[in-house]
Amino acid sequence: MTEQSPREELPEPVVRTRRFSLSLIWLVPVLAAVVGLSLVVHAWLQAGPGITITFQTAEGLEAGKTPVRYKNVVIGKVDSLELSDDRQRVRVKVALNKSASSFATRGTRYWVVRPRIGLGGVSGVDTLLSGAFIGADVGDSEDEQYEFKGLEMPPAVLHGAPGKSFVLHTDDLGSLDTGSPVYYRRIQVGRVASYTLDRDGKGVSLRIFVDGPNDHFVTRSTRFWNASGVDVSLGANGLKLNTQSLATVIAGGVAFEEPHGPHDATPAPEDADFTLFKDQVTAMAPPDGPPRYIRMRFNQALRGLAVDAPVEFLGINVGSVVSINLDYEAKDERFPLTVGALIYPQRLGGAYDKLAAQAGTKDGRVDLARMFGPLVEHGLRAQARTGNLLTGQLYIALDFVPKAPKVAFDPNATPIELPTAPGSFDKLQEQLADIVTKLQKVPFDSIGQNLDATLGDLDRTLRHVNGDVLPELKGTLKGAQRTLGSADSALSSDSPLQQNLGSTLEELQRMARSLRALTDYLGVHPESLIRGRRGDRPPPSSPPARPGQGSKP
Amino acid sequence: MSGPPRAHELGIIGCHVCGLVCREPAVEDAACPRCGAALHRRKHDSIRRTWALLLAAFMLYIPANVLPIMRTVSLGDVDDNTIISGVVELWVKGSPSLAVIVFTASIVVPMMKFLVLGTLLVSTQRRSGWALRQRAGLYRLVEFIGYWSMLDVFVVALLTALVRFGFFSQVEPLPGVVFFGLTVILTMFSSMSFDPRLMWDAPDHD
Repeated sequence: MTEQSPREELPEPVVRTRRFSLSLIWLVPVLAAVVGLSLVVHAWLQAGPGITITFQTAEGLEAGKTPVRYKNVVIGKVDSLELSDDRQRVRVKVALNKSASSFATRGTRYWVVRPRIGLGGVSGVDTLLSGAFIGADVGDSEDEQYEFKGLEMPPAVLHGAPGKSFVLHTDDLGSLDTGSPVYYRRIQVGRVASYTLDRDGKGVSLRIFVDGPNDHFVTRSTRFWNASGVDVSLGANGLKLNTQSLATVIAGGVAFEEPHGPHDATPAPEDADFTLFKDQVTAMAPPDGPPRYIRMRFNQALRGLAVDAPVEFLGINVGSVVSINLDYEAKDERFPLTVGALIYPQRLGGAYDKLAAQAGTKDGRVDLARMFGPLVEHGLRAQARTGNLLTGQLYIALDFVPKAPKVAFDPNATPIELPTAPGSFDKLQEQLADIVTKLQKVPFDSIGQNLDATLGDLDRTLRHVNGDVLPELKGTLKGAQRTLGSADSALSSDSPLQQNLGSTLEELQRMARSLRALTDYLGVHPESLIRGRRGDRPPPSSPPARPGQGSKP
Repeated sequence: MSGPPRAHELGIIGCHVCGLVCREPAVEDAACPRCGAALHRRKHDSIRRTWALLLAAFMLYIPANVLPIMRTVSLGDVDDNTIISGVVELWVKGSPSLAVIVFTASIVVPMMKFLVLGTLLVSTQRRSGWALRQRAGLYRLVEFIGYWSMLDVFVVALLTALVRFGFFSQVEPLPGVVFFGLTVILTMFSSMSFDPRLMWDAPDHD
């Protein structure tokens, strides 16, 4: 380069027009601020109402983590956990989402979903791994509420679930519980939602929920019965065991069915009332109608008669004993037993209809007194009879007793009192008593005296026998023994008699032999009888057979 | 005024990119005749840009810390972690060294950048001649460590890509990590747009 001023040598820069405003750089922080603000606004908009739920325990709940779910959609999150002021419960603060603000209303129910193993089965298994969450079920109300008392058990029925709920009335709960299954033809179609004592305390009302579409099987005439557990009953009818299914044995349950025969098949409306019967037989039986109270006075002990013992009319079960009370009659100094019973006259069926028509009504009810009056006149009596010989259970039988003594029947008494007659067992006792009196008439004393005299005679006789007859008998026996001994010695092998006999026999043998030789000789020499015996021939010439022997005498 | 003359005094200007020295233009917008890069005596509008970017980065740093950056799902157990809760969890669960690394990369470094750049900006605006060499050193440090704070973002990106075992274990990125990444990028831009030569202008005017 030259020595010129460097400035002149240098090239001229290219001049450009400004392309953008420099202050645009501030858009970046503005943008950042907008984003940040939008986040804040978003969070603020998202933040729904904060509610507080109290639970008995915070088991499985974690602050800042445990979600609140409705139909498995997260609608909020547990914000913090703290103890209530009285340290009895746990206060769970929940931040609901904005969209879930309708859950901060009255009627919303909250509960903790955690794994549960109950008698009816296992639930919430998914929470084993994911951790517990708070379930929610919204109600109908629009009123805002921010304090809730959490349920300890998940509700059996969610709001808006398809199906219908019905109310069952029963005397006691049995082994039923919230969540107990409801069976129709042994298929589970619902469950017990809740139960409450009736206001008057005289019964229990169960609310059951039958899931759709099976709810239309519940008609106006449907019968419900308690299928809980094993129904073992030992009564006058004997031992009875009945179960619905194995699950109900443990968890209890309710079953329902249509009655047999023609019936009203229109589906029952929501919240319809039904009676929960004790068992299927009772449930399926024709309607009993209203029970009537009758009273009976028995003059004998009633061991084996218990409350609930059946009352039978000609063998038909018409009711049961409800009370047994001991009474005292000062006049006779007796202790009659007053037995109260509830009877269901309608169980008599057609007979009842006719009798009721005859009797007419009183106070809007069939006049039971006028209905029973003629029957009593014809010998209707209450008897305590043995129903089961093994257990000795008694039952009350209303039966016509032939030749029953007439009794006064007061048709205006309330409650009506039926006359009683001694039962079959009592009759047996009477007969036994008769036998005993007859036995008592037998002259046991004179019989005894005669017997005594006879025995004295016998004694004397025996003494005589012992003193006189027996010694003589002894001497006789001794003589006989001696005779037998001599006989024995005479017959022994070495006795002289035996030897003499032997030699005599030998002689006899010998004599027989010589007699034979003589007859033989005489046969050959008959002349010798006259001439005498000749001398013997010389032996060699002829060999006669043993001539020498024969010649011998 | 002792020392060597300044380019401005000589009426010349050097190109940042190719180093060509040319006459100082009369107007603001000028380009290097050789490489076409923009010519300016100092980085144009440096202080203001740095401030703007730094402020934007700081604003984004708030949601980056407040919002969760990562969701870990293991056996159905869903766990959302912010930066700080992640650090705490690492520390509690027995990886203090990892916790320290994450804490340094995600908390210390960004905060340091905010502080250092802020200090540099303020001191430069006030034309302070205080500790110039150290300030230059700080600036170099900020430039150097700038990208290391992307560590968290990388961790989330890698885990998201690698840990995909469905129900058993899964990692998902959450919005926080985006803000955190933006913060890091903006601080880097911010430190880039700062012209350290401005620091040295200060004594000239005294």
